[in-house]
Amino acid sequence: MTLFDSPAQVAEALAGVGYLPGPEIATTVFLADALGKPLLIEGPAGVGKTELAKAVAAATGAELIRLQCYEGLDEARALYEWNYKKQLLRIQAAGDRAWDDTHDDIFTDEFLLERPLLAAIRREDPTVLLIDETDKADVEVEGLLLEVLSDFQVTIPELGTITAKRRPFVVLTSNAARELSEALKRRCLYLHLEYPPMERERDIVLSRVPGIEEGLAEQIVKTIGALRGLEVKKAPSIAETIDWARTLLALGLDTLDAQAVKDTLGVVLKHVADQRRAVTELNLG
Amino acid sequence: MSLLDRHSGFVHALREAGLPVSVAEGLDAVRALGHLDLIDREGLRTAYAATLVKRPTHRPQFDLLFDLWFPAALGAGEGNADRDPAHRSGKPPALDPEVQAMRGELFELLLSGDEEAMRAFARMAVARYGRSPNGQSWFSSGVLRAMSADTLMASLLQAVLSERGGVEEAAARRMFRNRMGAFEQAVGTEVRRRIAEDTGVERTGRATVKPPLEQLDFNRATRTDLAELRRQVHPLARRLASRLAQRNRLGDRGRLDFRRTVRASLATGGVPLTTHFKPKRPHKPELVILCDASDSCQSFAHFTLLLTFALREQFTKVRAFAFIDSTDEITKYFAPGSDVVEAMRRMTREADLVWLTGRSNYGHAFKTFDDKYRDAVTSRTSLLILGDARSNYGPLALPIVRRMAETARHAYWLNPERPRDWDTGDSAASTYGDVIEMHECRNLTQLAEFVELLA
Repeated sequence: MTLFDSPAQVAEALAGVGYLPGPEIATTVFLADALGKPLLIEGPAGVGKTELAKAVAAATGAELIRLQCYEGLDEARALYEWNYKKQLLRIQAAGDRAWDDTHDDIFTDEFLLERPLLAAIRREDPTVLLIDETDKADVEVEGLLLEVLSDFQVTIPELGTITAKRRPFVVLTSNAARELSEALKRRCLYLHLEYPPMERERDIVLSRVPGIEEGLAEQIVKTIGALRGLEVKKAPSIAETIDWARTLLALGLDTLDAQAVKDTLGVVLKHVADQRRAVTELNLG
Repeated sequence: MSLLDRHSGFVHALREAGLPVSVAEGLDAVRALGHLDLIDREGLRTAYAATLVKRPTHRPQFDLLFDLWFPAALGAGEGNADRDPAHRSGKPPALDPEVQAMRGELFELLLSGDEEAMRAFARMAVARYGRSPNGQSWFSSGVLRAMSADTLMASLLQAVLSERGGVEEAAARRMFRNRMGAFEQAVGTEVRRRIAEDTGVERTGRATVKPPLEQLDFNRATRTDLAELRRQVHPLARRLASRLAQRNRLGDRGRLDFRRTVRASLATGGVPLTTHFKPKRPHKPELVILCDASDSCQSFAHFTLLLTFALREQFTKVRAFAFIDSTDEITKYFAPGSDVVEAMRRMTREADLVWLTGRSNYGHAFKTFDDKYRDAVTSRTSLLILGDARSNYGPLALPIVRRMAETARHAYWLNPERPRDWDTGDSAASTYGDVIEMHECRNLTQLAEFVELLA
């Protein structure tokens, strides 16, 4: 059961929920869905990796299940865990009952706490599983993901093997802070997101910031492009472009001159060295 | 050639260019093709890229080979007739009305930024001006010279700007420069395609594909490569830092944290289900870098310095010294928050590195270091010397190096030359190598491996 019929339909559906994909994004999302493979998205911070997963969920009416990765994330947080406290209560409440009865009782669904991965596999309705910032997790988690993502099944010793009835659409995102293992990459389709071309970013600004004039949006996007072209430490993200547009709108500015850029530079550049660099390179005076 | 042959040939060419394409990924690509409309060439490119290329640094190699194996057109392409160079008018390009008409067209294309039309235009331009005088091969230089896109910049800017200067001009200039870059690239692609038609795809691919960025030799990098490499330094440093932090944490169970364990057991009626441990303190070395800043080592020193300073938090203290035939401390140029490009510029301009000739003199450089900064190297220091060990037949100051190596906790020498070039000419590689451990370090991969060893 697939979510999409063609790349064109992907583009249309995503645009419908306010995410404007380029042809490469639309085709890759379509292929990930058609081949039933997880989609690994890499790229600098703030190019819309997580947004893409959210948009796919919103466009198809699927539920979004999110696993945020961090250092020290373990199986119990990612897959499932037994509710020890409830099990203890159950044993204490059992009183004089035979141990064998109680023993069978406490390893049932009632005492199972499902975490994102298991939840995504057990769902029967359309699901988008977002595994966010995979590079932050430890290497062991990658091993776990390999197992879960290649067969879409999980083995719980007390309950047996649980296989997905309906494969979730899986999106992994990474800032490439750590090189993911070859094995994981091999199992995924790969999409490298970069900052969108100027025209597309302008359209994004226009659709996200109501009331902005096209001329101003174009100026903003061009300036952002120039800032990204400098070798800055933290290039402005799409979200920051949008913030900037909102800021300028709130200040009631309708053109972007050197003074306006200089006054509001803090919205887009967040290192002193970067700001200084922008001021000298762009002759902001 | 059947589609299947083309596919396997393409995959083979990718592997030959240094991209790790597994059998499973090749199969994925074939499966993906089954879901797509094969007429759509960009769709085809996307499908191959999504299944076969899993590192952004490999993308340029992929695009180049894709354009060769799945060319956009055959022969002269639709609607273009090859023009025999003999028929070309003898006039210089600036006076040739045909060239001027083409430049007018290029101007409009640069202004509008229509990529598809730009590629078609490049195809036509190569067909007309890309042939070598004897008509046997294809060159992009002729096309680029005739079109000389750079000279259009002034009128392009005039067309979009109401007034010159400031932010708007910088932004517009950048945009046009990008489009000109795209045009040059399209011409290059087209020229390679025409060459491939004459001499075969495999040979052309082998001759034109450069190694991926992380395997690119520092000494052979062009200016654009250098800028790209510099952009890679920060992500690389972050990757290394998180890996190092991880290694420090591995097996980091220190002593039992009794208080936290008891606290946690309250929730389970006093049964300590989860135990907590105190973290261990990681060991962080001090780092002293001594680097050869003469021309022959400049780009290599550049990256090593950038990388180690980007990794500042992995070391308790980093001090850097540069030398040519005299030595000076350069740590201050790399203060936190400073700009990398600026730091390198200031270092070469302001630091006092030249004593007499401005040619590397390791002996005198080590001697100055020993006189001025002897206390920098202590028993807690990791000492790192960067240089090709070519001292222009000058003195080597071996006793000083030996003493430094013995004082330091670890001492390494990174040499940007191939081991087979060591000891040739004025190289004193193995003389120094006997005193201090010497490693070959010529590209980002080797540099990253070494830093891991160091921290």
